Amino acid sequence: LYICFRTVEPLEYYRRFLKEDCRPDGRELGEFRATTHFLSSGSITTADGSALVKLGNTMVICGVKAELAAPAVDFANKGYIVPNVELPSLCSTRFRSGPPGEEAQAASQFIADVIENSQVIAKEDLCIADGKLAWVLYCDIICLDYDGNILDASVFALLAALKNVQLPSVTINEETGLSEVNLKQKNPLIIRKHPVATSFAIFDDTLLLVDPTAEEEDLATGTVTIVTDDEGRLCSVHKPGGSPLTGAKLQDCITRAITRHKEVKKLIDQVIKSIKPK
Amino acid sequence: SSPSPGDTSVLAGLYGPAEVKGSKELSDRATLEVLLRPKVGLPGVMERSREQLLRRTCETVVLRVLHPRTAITLVLQVLSDAGSLLSCCLNAACMGLLDAGLPLTSLFCGVTCALDPNGSIVLDPTSRQEQEARAVLTFAIDSVERKVLSATTKGSCSVEEMQQCLVAAQRAADTIFQFYRDSVRRKYSKS
Repeated sequence: LYICFRTVEPLEYYRRFLKEDCRPDGRELGEFRATTHFLSSGSITTADGSALVKLGNTMVICGVKAELAAPAVDFANKGYIVPNVELPSLCSTRFRSGPPGEEAQAASQFIADVIENSQVIAKEDLCIADGKLAWVLYCDIICLDYDGNILDASVFALLAALKNVQLPSVTINEETGLSEVNLKQKNPLIIRKHPVATSFAIFDDTLLLVDPTAEEEDLATGTVTIVTDDEGRLCSVHKPGGSPLTGAKLQDCITRAITRHKEVKKLIDQVIKSIKPK
Repeated sequence: SSPSPGDTSVLAGLYGPAEVKGSKELSDRATLEVLLRPKVGLPGVMERSREQLLRRTCETVVLRVLHPRTAITLVLQVLSDAGSLLSCCLNAACMGLLDAGLPLTSLFCGVTCALDPNGSIVLDPTSRQEQEARAVLTFAIDSVERKVLSATTKGSCSVEEMQQCLVAAQRAADTIFQFYRDSVRRKYSKS
């Protein structure tokens, strides 16, 4: 019977729970879903680095491929990082197959902004020879199961995958001018910062729910995503429209985001330690 | 309508409430669509992300339930870009909505703040100032209680700096809302 009510009047169904300060899946308003992630350099053998992240039911995989290219004329000492978020039709019925929809494109832009704003990798580190050769990191983030909060999961997957990347060392032969790739000698990437995203859904203009599921996102009147780095600095405040918030409420979100950052950082460190070095 | 702070100028055209194509039709409210056309080139991922921001901001403000099963289309054409483009688009969108006479719960305006390397706040920065800045924050402020409708940031800043920029933006919003009032007054006093 409650399934009927849930389908027919989802908002009322939710309101009943919110009055008791909890949500249908048993979580409190400020509680995150169980985050598990599997750092496995074997999960995608063809990629240079990969990670699979599960945030409740939302499952996102990120694969990083490194290729060589000539740096841009204006930025001769910088490499490139190219993120791409895909929301294929297999992850949810709301996405149709075909060219990327608005949500996927907006998510890709968001990830690109986070990479740029947080300086997670200094592009100068990706340069091999000024003006001649640099690394290009293609980061493909694919959602395998969509249950809300795609932005948080994507940022987490990206960070985990980048930590996992092993780049072969490249030298330029002085005589021939050609590059020589040494696959036996691999170096990890230098990760400078650890950005962590925390998303909130705004309900009925007042309540803030942390880590929304797909159902909650549909019923929400707005969303906010805050990205913080290790020093408690803001890398991104992403609020694309939705119910207006006062400065104080925004501050509340930021404070929670900073707490979340510490949890996630601990999780990443734990998993890195558990991986045996090659 | 085309507001232009400095040399940045965006033209907004609003169409609707009009007929909507089958798949996009919503049974209880109007469908809002925003198209952002850059000055040069085809719209890319950046434009899509901006369109999403503008659309969600307008969706909050327009009383869509009064026009179910219709489509409201907002087309923004960038004529020139000398900095603070997103807030110019936000202002153009709001003036377009006003001009079209659509029912709104409140007005909104866009304000861009840049934090230069010294830490001082520059409102409505030029392209040059944006490039040299440590961080550029754009807020959409509503007219009723000066709350934040939308926010987007570029670069990183501390939490205190963000709050300071927000306060500065809220104060600047007063000037912009006064400008809206004057424009509308001018428009109706002629006829």
